[in-house]
Amino acid sequence: MIRLERRREPSRLWSYVTPVLAVIATMIAGGLMFAALGKDPFEVIRTIFWDPVLGEFAFYYRGQLLIKAGPLILIAIGLSLGFRAGIWNIGAEGQYIIGAICGAAVGLAFYPMDARWLIFPLMILAGAVGGFLWAMIPAILKTRFNTNEILVSLLLVYVAEQLLASMALGALRNPEGSGFPGSRNLRRYESSANTELFEGTGMHWGVVAAFIAVIFAYILLNRHMLGYQIRLTGQAPRAARFAGVRPNLLVVFCLGASGALAGLAGMFEVAGPAGQVSIDFNVGYGFTAIIVAFLGRLHPVGILLAGLLMALTYIGGEAAQSTLGLPAAAIQAFQGMLLFFLLAVDMLTNYRFRFGKREVA
Amino acid sequence: MTRGPDARIGGDLLTIEGLTKAYPGVVANDDVSFTIRQGEVHALLGENGAGKSTLVKMIYGLVRPDAGRMTLRGTGYAPATPHEARGSGVAMVFQHFSLFEALDVAENVALGMENPPAMGQLAARIREVSEAYGLPLDPLRLVGDLSAGERQRVEIVRCLLQDPKLLIMDEPTSVLTPQEVGILFETLRKLASEGTAILYISHKLEEIRTLCDTATILRLGKKVATCDPRETSARQMAELMVGQTLQTPTRDAGTPGAVVLALKDLSVRSSNPFGTTLKKVTVEVRAGEVLGIGGVAGNGQDELLAALSGEARAPSGAVSLNGTAIGHLGPNARRSLGVLTAPEERLGHAAAPDMSLTENALLTGAIRENLVSSGFLKWRATEDFAKRIITAFDVRTPGPGHAARSLSGGNLQKFVIGREILQRPTVLVVNQPTWGVDAAAAAAIRQAILDLAEGGAAVIVISQDLDELMEVSDRFAALNEGRLSEPRPAKGLTVDEIGLMMGGAHDMEVAHVAE
Repeated sequence: MIRLERRREPSRLWSYVTPVLAVIATMIAGGLMFAALGKDPFEVIRTIFWDPVLGEFAFYYRGQLLIKAGPLILIAIGLSLGFRAGIWNIGAEGQYIIGAICGAAVGLAFYPMDARWLIFPLMILAGAVGGFLWAMIPAILKTRFNTNEILVSLLLVYVAEQLLASMALGALRNPEGSGFPGSRNLRRYESSANTELFEGTGMHWGVVAAFIAVIFAYILLNRHMLGYQIRLTGQAPRAARFAGVRPNLLVVFCLGASGALAGLAGMFEVAGPAGQVSIDFNVGYGFTAIIVAFLGRLHPVGILLAGLLMALTYIGGEAAQSTLGLPAAAIQAFQGMLLFFLLAVDMLTNYRFRFGKREVA
Repeated sequence: MTRGPDARIGGDLLTIEGLTKAYPGVVANDDVSFTIRQGEVHALLGENGAGKSTLVKMIYGLVRPDAGRMTLRGTGYAPATPHEARGSGVAMVFQHFSLFEALDVAENVALGMENPPAMGQLAARIREVSEAYGLPLDPLRLVGDLSAGERQRVEIVRCLLQDPKLLIMDEPTSVLTPQEVGILFETLRKLASEGTAILYISHKLEEIRTLCDTATILRLGKKVATCDPRETSARQMAELMVGQTLQTPTRDAGTPGAVVLALKDLSVRSSNPFGTTLKKVTVEVRAGEVLGIGGVAGNGQDELLAALSGEARAPSGAVSLNGTAIGHLGPNARRSLGVLTAPEERLGHAAAPDMSLTENALLTGAIRENLVSSGFLKWRATEDFAKRIITAFDVRTPGPGHAARSLSGGNLQKFVIGREILQRPTVLVVNQPTWGVDAAAAAAIRQAILDLAEGGAAVIVISQDLDELMEVSDRFAALNEGRLSEPRPAKGLTVDEIGLMMGGAHDMEVAHVAE
């Protein structure tokens, strides 16, 4: 008989091995699914994992990789702080949209002035502040009236989407756009363009911000009192109060930080890869980042890797759809498997298998 | 209804003879014998760890006795499972309910029944039974929306539908409001008048005196007495619970120094809806003395610790340290002034289970041990502090990098107490310092507490272990329903007097009124 036994303390070795194990298990299970769909499993997996990085057309895909991974990592880092403390911001998508609207509005307000040194930093600030303020709504409601931040932050996503549509059709619409919805293109406006720093790499300021966020989060969580308080609150809330942590302050900090980072991600996206405020500007980065945060075990370096892996499955998945004719649903199922296996093998860090008969107590 | 108790109490229902159950290192029940008669409300009384739970688990078929036998209505009774016990007419309402919040009342009741009838029929039966016994309950409401008292009714109704001969209730009033207690007692009296025997487990003496016909008192696994609670005073029963083996205090009260910590009319509402509110606690603790605070669990011990640690805020003047008001300060501000505390719950309150000992050393040591500089953590210094605790208090662990939950209870407790003592407190408050700790570790912890007082600190030890309190205290006081009795020198206190301080809630109430 096989049974599970709780380890006396989490295994450090297994916490590193399990993500690798999960990726391998996903490849095997996914391969079986692709084979059942009548495709060559090895070719599909090569198309998803190998071609975008080292294949023939990798020069195109590599840029896409950072463009997709940047916002995912930036948002996920912010979310992970709250998740570590048991504060659940599910509405990063909304904060992302508001950050984009605020950033774009500042850029457009200065059009066509030529002062990048002033306008671009102001846009960055506006994006962060916009996301921060949008996240303050669930934060204040929670600290004042003890509302559930999961519900409030999530519902505010739909409010933000309506606001986005109204902006694209109204206040921010391009006056020279012959009535079409959508703002002026910020990428074509010198002072507001979030351009690639190195041609063809996909490396824009948002990606730089993501890397800086990873480093800051790492230092915060491992070296700073605030990070310690975040971890303590998540693991043992009563012990945290005993240690003098003020829970309300932590709620404001965690929601505020994740909102600001999501807002930044939105601003960099609207001024760069997306280019303009449009009705369908948001594509779900804020929700996918939740998966990235957990895939990366809420650890900054893990999130960096998870963001890149997630971006890879998106890009590789699209490539597999177009070159091999795989249905989009198969790619989504494949991504689902990845998350499933990751959470399933996670158990091995805290439990171990015991073989043989159970001793009679 | 107005028949006297003698008229309703019938012949013997359940006879217990020589029931014994031993666990490694502890005899939970040692040769316990008593009889429960039909239609009587029989109290089972004892302190924490006296063996009440083990005994009822044996009656309910959850635990098999090592020796002894039970007779139910004249035939041998040895249930191997609760299922078998229920089949024989024995039902139990647990202290912690086993209900599904997402299901409605009728569905929950059906889940606990052997052969549930159709839902419509069951709902009608629930209405009928709940009305007959004065337990208003809507079978279609979700359990998640019910109060604790209503949830308990669901459990009781579930038992009643099976027409039990013996109903076991484990500390039923611990989660109830006073109004709900009144309703419950009415129901139990009605049940008894119809011939159902009730085994009522509690440590609340006044309750037992109001409700029960007979009381069996356990201490350290042994039956000490069976008495009629209405003819025995609360004080006498408290003495029986405490036992005659109590050692008289051995410690000479030293020459106490100046008053260090003063509580004046400290009243704090509990953060837990079923907690105990502290009522005008007034006491002074002097340098170099140990104040022992006794009392039965749940009489305000946790709340008192929270009010002293700063987790619960009080009016600033209610707590003062060396004459300075500190009641309004939070935990860290108090720590920096030298007021250190060690809560009862080791895992989750005093320490974070999954964090390493180093990280747990930081939990309370950050300020006084200077482990943080401008927000950044000094891990090297923190690890050194953790190592010093481990060495000084003989904590058995491979190293400070291991998780708190990997340590045994005794070792973790030594770590928690050591963490506070090494920070040279001016005032140390510990709650249950040796609860669940092996004898050697307990002795080491008590000695450390005595040494600390010797060195001039003011120490408060809150404990339910009276032997321990008598060993370490200079003065003794008892908490009772949130009130603290007048402290008295521990030396020379008689068992009589201690019983009065602990159990005499009623007597003390009178004394208050008389003032």
